[in-house]
Amino acid sequence: MTESFINARTPAVLRPPIPPRGWTRSRVLGHLLVGLWFALLLGLVLYLYSAWNIELVKKYAPTYLSGLWTTISLVGSSIILGAVLSIPVVLGRLSKNRIISSIAYFYVYFFRGTPLIAQVFLIYYGVGSFSKELQSVGLWIFFREAWFCALLAFGLNTAAYQAEILRGAIRSVPLGQWEGAASLGISKSVTFRKIILPQALIVALRPYGNEVILMIKGSAIVALISVYDLMGYTKLAYSRTFDFQTYLWTAIIYLILVEILRHLWDWMERRITRHLIR
Amino acid sequence: MEGSIALLGFGEGGWGPSIASGILVTVSLALATLPLGLAIGFFVALGKQSPEPSVKLAANMYTTIFRGLPELLTLFLVYFGGQIGIQKLGQLFGYTGTIEINSFIAGMFAMGTVFSSYASEVFLSAFRAIPKGQYEGGYAIGLSSGQTMRKIILPQLIRIALPGLGNLWMILLKDTALVSAIGLADILRQTAVAARVTKHAFLFYGTACMIYLALAILSSFVIDGIDRWAAKSGVKR
Repeated sequence: MTESFINARTPAVLRPPIPPRGWTRSRVLGHLLVGLWFALLLGLVLYLYSAWNIELVKKYAPTYLSGLWTTISLVGSSIILGAVLSIPVVLGRLSKNRIISSIAYFYVYFFRGTPLIAQVFLIYYGVGSFSKELQSVGLWIFFREAWFCALLAFGLNTAAYQAEILRGAIRSVPLGQWEGAASLGISKSVTFRKIILPQALIVALRPYGNEVILMIKGSAIVALISVYDLMGYTKLAYSRTFDFQTYLWTAIIYLILVEILRHLWDWMERRITRHLIR
Repeated sequence: MEGSIALLGFGEGGWGPSIASGILVTVSLALATLPLGLAIGFFVALGKQSPEPSVKLAANMYTTIFRGLPELLTLFLVYFGGQIGIQKLGQLFGYTGTIEINSFIAGMFAMGTVFSSYASEVFLSAFRAIPKGQYEGGYAIGLSSGQTMRKIILPQLIRIALPGLGNLWMILLKDTALVSAIGLADILRQTAVAARVTKHAFLFYGTACMIYLALAILSSFVIDGIDRWAAKSGVKR
């Protein structure tokens, strides 16, 4: 009886057809905007095609590559330097000693509150102006090189940002995790390394990725203190040729670099949070 | 020590007046960029949360491009590219003279696009924090979609987005230092000139850092004030 009832009703359950999507105002606008973007991209490609100059490419492509390498190695080293420097800063920030924690707080506030470019100038031109004193202590070799000054400035800067990321991540792990480990008789340092840090790093991964991307973009300013990174060689090429395509190629390279990193980070996040997916 | 005070002072041979004019330029550039960036950012965020896929795509392309480019490069693209573009446009209408683009305007547009691409993300997450019932309630009492947006959604949106926008303002204030690279006489440019002339680079760049720090502290007070004012009109919990 029930079966025939269901069978009898089945045809009536068929859903009405989806209403046709009309050309609403927002749809027209959207197509216009996407069309505009594609027109701009097409214009860019056509411009680069028409302005293609094999002499120019032969002359400047190798310098762009070496500039790209300078950018990547500078950012890579300063991220590592910053990661090392950020640990004492985090310990200082989390310290119960008033004096230590306020020193760490001022460090972070100073480097996050002033422009990176001003910090780079302060170290390269400012500290560099004490050449006699630096020579007497043997540090002049270090501060003479713009590359090392940039590394130091970037390292100190990113250490402040990384310290805040790490502090927030450690704070995000519930206190119960510390207490649970303590009740099992695990020492504090082991608890930190094996229980707190792995959980904190999951939280910290995305901000770390943002920091790497910000550093790559921020590193372009070293071109202003005569370090020949990607931007530096671009400025050089433009000042020699006055050909605007030099800047457009650089923009494309930076965009590709940032997009690769962004996707790499998405993949990494998916991978280390596999155990959290239910 | 007394020498440095004289160098930074407003008296004979002091660099006080030029640094003060630099502060004025930095602050006015940041203040001029803010409404531009907020307006563009708001409309890009509207596009991103639109149900129409093509609008979403166009808005996402905007953010991808301007968040992926270094700020300095965006500035150069706008400054040099704008110059060439206007020159070409002038030639089209038969004007052959050289046209100089104002570095303040170029800085404003470059910083505005960067600011708006970040602001759109802040607005988007604020939009997502507002329940759908707020829109439905608005329609149910007979408001048009524009009125619902203006009178119901926007006041809540601004309150939710304020902390994020405050952060972006701090970033904007620091990013304006880049315009010194295209010759605008802001704080960094003026202190750089003073450093080159007097050979007291550490003093002047240190001063520049301290001024930026003071501006950041001042801004955080103002943002806190706005936060408190906005919270007053919110629901008491």
